[in-house]
Amino acid sequence: MIQLCVILIYLLLLLGVGYVASRLFRGTAKDYMLASHSIGPFLLLMSLFGTTMTAFALVGSTGKAYLLGAGVYGLLASASGIVHSLCFFVVGVPLWAIGRRNGYTTQIQFFRDRLESNGIGLLLFPILVALVVSYLLLGVIGAGAVVNRVTVGAFESQGWFAGSDFGVPKELAAAAICSVVLVYVFLGGMRGTAWANALQTCVFMVLGMLTFVTIANAIGGTDSLLENLRRASSAVEETQITRAKIHKPVFFSFLLIPLSVAMFPHVFQHWLTARSASAFKLPIVVHPIFIAIVWVPCVLVGVWASSPISGVAGTNPNEVLAALVQTHAGPWMGGLLTAGILAAIMSSLDSQFLCLGTMFTEDIILHYRNKDHFTDKKKVLVARCFVVAIVIITFVLSLFPRAVFDLGLWSFSGFAGFFPLVLASIYWRRLTKVGAWASVITAISTWAVLFHRSDYGANPRYVFPESEFPAWLTSVVPPMLPIVAVVTAAAVVLIVVSWLTKPPSDKTLEKFFSRRRS
Amino acid sequence: MKFAVWTSIVVLLVLHQDYWQWDNATLVFGFLPHTLFYHLGISLAAAVLWAFATKFCWPEEIGSIDVTAASEEDRK
Repeated sequence: MIQLCVILIYLLLLLGVGYVASRLFRGTAKDYMLASHSIGPFLLLMSLFGTTMTAFALVGSTGKAYLLGAGVYGLLASASGIVHSLCFFVVGVPLWAIGRRNGYTTQIQFFRDRLESNGIGLLLFPILVALVVSYLLLGVIGAGAVVNRVTVGAFESQGWFAGSDFGVPKELAAAAICSVVLVYVFLGGMRGTAWANALQTCVFMVLGMLTFVTIANAIGGTDSLLENLRRASSAVEETQITRAKIHKPVFFSFLLIPLSVAMFPHVFQHWLTARSASAFKLPIVVHPIFIAIVWVPCVLVGVWASSPISGVAGTNPNEVLAALVQTHAGPWMGGLLTAGILAAIMSSLDSQFLCLGTMFTEDIILHYRNKDHFTDKKKVLVARCFVVAIVIITFVLSLFPRAVFDLGLWSFSGFAGFFPLVLASIYWRRLTKVGAWASVITAISTWAVLFHRSDYGANPRYVFPESEFPAWLTSVVPPMLPIVAVVTAAAVVLIVVSWLTKPPSDKTLEKFFSRRRS
Repeated sequence: MKFAVWTSIVVLLVLHQDYWQWDNATLVFGFLPHTLFYHLGISLAAAVLWAFATKFCWPEEIGSIDVTAASEEDRK
């Protein structure tokens, strides 16, 4: 029960942040969606990092390390340190400049102008919303699993929630977390989201380190932290220390997963909040270090969890981190550590909620209706109604849970399929409207077929080409993550079709390329 | 310098694919799996290289875009 009280106090604190941000709200849609482009380097770093570190990073990485061992850090964390910053540098900075010059708020506004295609917006909108929903699911499922696990037994004396081991049911926990995030996003808009992200990023980094030390000391059982670390690591099987459980081609294909960050709509919106291009420098440099600070402890405790002395061996991978906290931390500390885990989850949910509302308002409602019909107050209201509808859909989908890590891979694979498009839009003058359409359709079709073949993400070992393909094919192209097929197909189609079709008009080329040449 | 920085980032991506130490079961300092230690090094090297990139490869023409007018419009 104490854990639950600590979690509730933390959630109230977040509502307070949203309230304070709402006092500074300027009342304009631009302030609600982009914080009036007022975000400096530190807040940009914290909000970008908080947004990209999700349930996938904490709950998912621990669960995956528990299954596959220490190699999980190389699979995604070190790769993200290189590739995320690369995306901020080569995609984020130019898009910020283009967005500021042309007054864009969403990716679709940019693509419509750059590709001289109104219809590309209607094609991209449902795809991006569906992929963001799949990303939202990570947070919703992760939050429910964590709160349920750490509150097991809290209601035993009252006899409530027997079906959830007398803890808060996953569905109830997920609904409560979504509601809190919705309220502070609605109150504070982008400014409240950026502040809450900064606060939550500090919370989950500090409490993450505390969790690590607490678990190490509990598993080791001596007074020396170093000795406890050694005991915990030496108790695990050798296959957890090496990468024996990871296939080399699969390891290579994980390098493409972080490319997805270049096409996350919520990250695009955060980019546009930057006060200046220079504000990007700090996030680009510090992002890899922050990833290491969060992922190294998570992967290590995941590795330790697989050993018999951890006390949690045999747990569901989604619940490993929460089980370690529940088993090894006292009720007060357990509550605080759980708040830290939830902080990481909520710092992504908020940006995703906000970006969905912004996309619907800007790309659909205002684009197809006379803008004069809508006051700023009305625009914000429309954005909020759409977000509530999406949250309800996400909540219903979360009732059919999947492993957080594997669900995340599918979501990221979809976004990464559009990386060739966004890169070519910025740097390749010859990219055409037809080439872009063909690339988007190819990416999403390839993704959908492979997602279906993987039993809708239920098969975590799914690779392409599949084992039943001819031997000559699998000897030339080794089985890899589906993302390789998605990105390759999208890139090839984009190049070939663009070369075969009519180039963009001089006016468009002048608008998007002349300033960078001068 | 620009070329050197971008080449180093490509080299770092190649070094990330460290197939030659796949089965290394050493525990560095007695507790840190070697693969984790090595890839932590990759993360730190990435931060250093990105610091060089922001210094030597920064697109100065983007920094000079006029956002003053846009900011005034935002305030209205």
